[in-house]
Amino acid sequence: MEFDLSKPQRLLREAARATLSQNCPLTRVRERMASQDIHDKFLWQLIADQGWVGLHLDENMGGLGLGLVELAVVTEEMGRACLPCPFLATTWAATLLAQVANSDSVSTLSSMAEGSHTASVALMDQDSDWDVEHVQTQLNPTSAGWQLSGHKTMVLDAAEVDTLLCVVRKENEIAVVSVSTRASGVKCTPTRVLDATRKLYDVRFEGVAIAQKDMIAVGDQAILAIEYSTRVATIAACAEMLGAMQWIRETTLDYAKTRKQFDRTIGSYQAVQHQCADMLLMTESARAAAYYAAWALSVNAPDSNKSVAIAKAYCSDAGREVAHRGVQVHGGIGFTWEHDLHLFLKRIKVCEFLFGDASWQREQIAKLILM
Amino acid sequence: MDLTLNAEELHFRDTLRGWLLANVPPPWTVPLKSEESKRAHLEYLRAWQRMMFDGGWAGVSWPKEHGGRGITIIQQSIFQEELALAGAPQQLGVIGEGLVGPTIIAVGTEAQKQQFLKPLLKGEHIWCQGFSEPNAGSDLAALNTRAVLDGDHYVVNGQKIWTSFGHVANWCLLVVRTDASAAKHKGLTCLLVDMASQGVAVRPLKMMTGDSEFNEMFFTDVRVPVANVLGKVNEGWGVALTALGNERANLGTGLYMMFKRDCDALIAKAATIQRNGKPITDDPLVRQKLAQAHLDLEVFRLNSLRTLSGMNNTHAPGPEGSILKLYWSEMNQRNAQIALEVLGLSGQSWDFDEGRWAFNYLRSRGNTIEAGTSEIQRNIIAQRVLGLPRSY
Repeated sequence: MEFDLSKPQRLLREAARATLSQNCPLTRVRERMASQDIHDKFLWQLIADQGWVGLHLDENMGGLGLGLVELAVVTEEMGRACLPCPFLATTWAATLLAQVANSDSVSTLSSMAEGSHTASVALMDQDSDWDVEHVQTQLNPTSAGWQLSGHKTMVLDAAEVDTLLCVVRKENEIAVVSVSTRASGVKCTPTRVLDATRKLYDVRFEGVAIAQKDMIAVGDQAILAIEYSTRVATIAACAEMLGAMQWIRETTLDYAKTRKQFDRTIGSYQAVQHQCADMLLMTESARAAAYYAAWALSVNAPDSNKSVAIAKAYCSDAGREVAHRGVQVHGGIGFTWEHDLHLFLKRIKVCEFLFGDASWQREQIAKLILM
Repeated sequence: MDLTLNAEELHFRDTLRGWLLANVPPPWTVPLKSEESKRAHLEYLRAWQRMMFDGGWAGVSWPKEHGGRGITIIQQSIFQEELALAGAPQQLGVIGEGLVGPTIIAVGTEAQKQQFLKPLLKGEHIWCQGFSEPNAGSDLAALNTRAVLDGDHYVVNGQKIWTSFGHVANWCLLVVRTDASAAKHKGLTCLLVDMASQGVAVRPLKMMTGDSEFNEMFFTDVRVPVANVLGKVNEGWGVALTALGNERANLGTGLYMMFKRDCDALIAKAATIQRNGKPITDDPLVRQKLAQAHLDLEVFRLNSLRTLSGMNNTHAPGPEGSILKLYWSEMNQRNAQIALEVLGLSGQSWDFDEGRWAFNYLRSRGNTIEAGTSEIQRNIIAQRVLGLPRSY
């Protein structure tokens, strides 16, 4: 039994950290934040060239054939760098496509891995939650196929990506259809969420034509693919929060060691030390939960679905708490726009709610433990 | 990262599981109210310890040359898990096996190893530890029990408190002050004391639970042979820290299994309760609370596994043990509270489930105090893990 990362996994972490710290300084993240176009195409091509887009997919699908632990390793580093790229969205969509692979999707997956194609998943209706069974958006049959009209909300990076995998109802069954974001009748409106380094969109579909080739999956196959890919994306969101927590924890500790008040470093006061100790406990516990979930899902362990819900519930609560404590220990400077803390606080804050917040995850756990 | 058990670990688990299946006695059911029932229970536990010894399962973590199996820390975790799964009786020699024995192996003389290790594993010697004093709790090195050399004996005078197993132990690992003029960490010595010695008195200490799990011990002119000094004279602080390091590191899996029994029992109990004609497990707030208790416990399990795996690689208990101690003690308090909230006012009755939830709640208040308070654990984490300066 070995909980620690293997040597190749540690090397992957070092490579990811080195690449991102060299190419994605926070000054660059702030430049994207200030511009209309958040998606950093140079960085995207860079990480695609490293093979990280779809690295957990089989090699015949353009992946590296690595596992979900490796996915967590690189995503953690992206969280630590606050990377402004549609990695989470594309990972979610690529995982979904790979679950239902046919010859068309394999070629799309290869383009995604090369960095020339990006995608996201449009799951939630305007008035539904993260449960796929609650989707009501209907496909209407036409002579040439179907027509899609409806309103999806909180779609990750919608306007920045090429393709949306849209979850709909085909008669009574759940289905996934592929829609180009440039297709006629697709309108993406950004919502002004807290995290200015990642956009969420309201997407309206008005009579968008869907052909047979755009029908990705139907029925149980669609539900299983959506649920599995959402779990993979949830693990990635946990790892991203973990990377952000790690940055906040380390930055706060450095500050506690150097900032002086009353002629002593503030880290020499127990009140501050205990905040730092709690931040370590929460970050390391989040690490144990997130990496366990990644491992459990990759080997299809009996408790894998529950472990993902546990990881997301714990990371959501702990991530928020670590961010808050970090601001508190920094004092006034930690509350300013100038300090980088808020970039990570906001990244965590959106991740806290993506794919279901802690309360939503606890209800998923309750369903599994209460007969 | 691979959490599956390897072939050696699986073999160990299966061998142990087979032995437990054939040997675990029926559970003890007589209430421990009378002195007679307590004595009989002690003999029941002692007989179990002897069976474990005869089967080769006592002191499994000890090196082979000292009667153990030299198993890895991962196998120790499996050992605790299997014992709990098999419903095995509580281990009587937990302080001896986990804390005193490893310390004797580390720093004891050849004669001490000969004299003490085997009787300890057989359950003939039950050990307690005499560390804390009324005026030396978190500041353990301020302890004031004195030992003065008189010929080939030390003469001990003083008082110890919070002694687990003090009422049944026949030996004590005692920390005393042998040099009152030295700095407080430097004048301490560890002694191996026969509890049958003239001048030793033990008095049970009644807790807020109503139970007497701990004791006070009084030493009046107790004579201890010089041969029973463990480690070097005036170097007892290092010896005590060796012992305490084992204490914090060893407990994870056994504790998890104990808390899991409570958490599973709470969920099972909740499923039987109706309020206003509806099962309480349909109430979204109750569901949130039960799920939170379950996930908190699972995160503790994962923290334990990760710490074990790390120790398996470094072969040493590190200050990370403090993170685990902090986590489980506060988690158990949260979950004991959740049990009362889920069960409602009747849950805190001594007549409900034989007072299980009332007891757990009260007992959990001690968790953040015993074996190093949460404040001390946070100091250790801040200073020894995070490298912050000494603080006051």
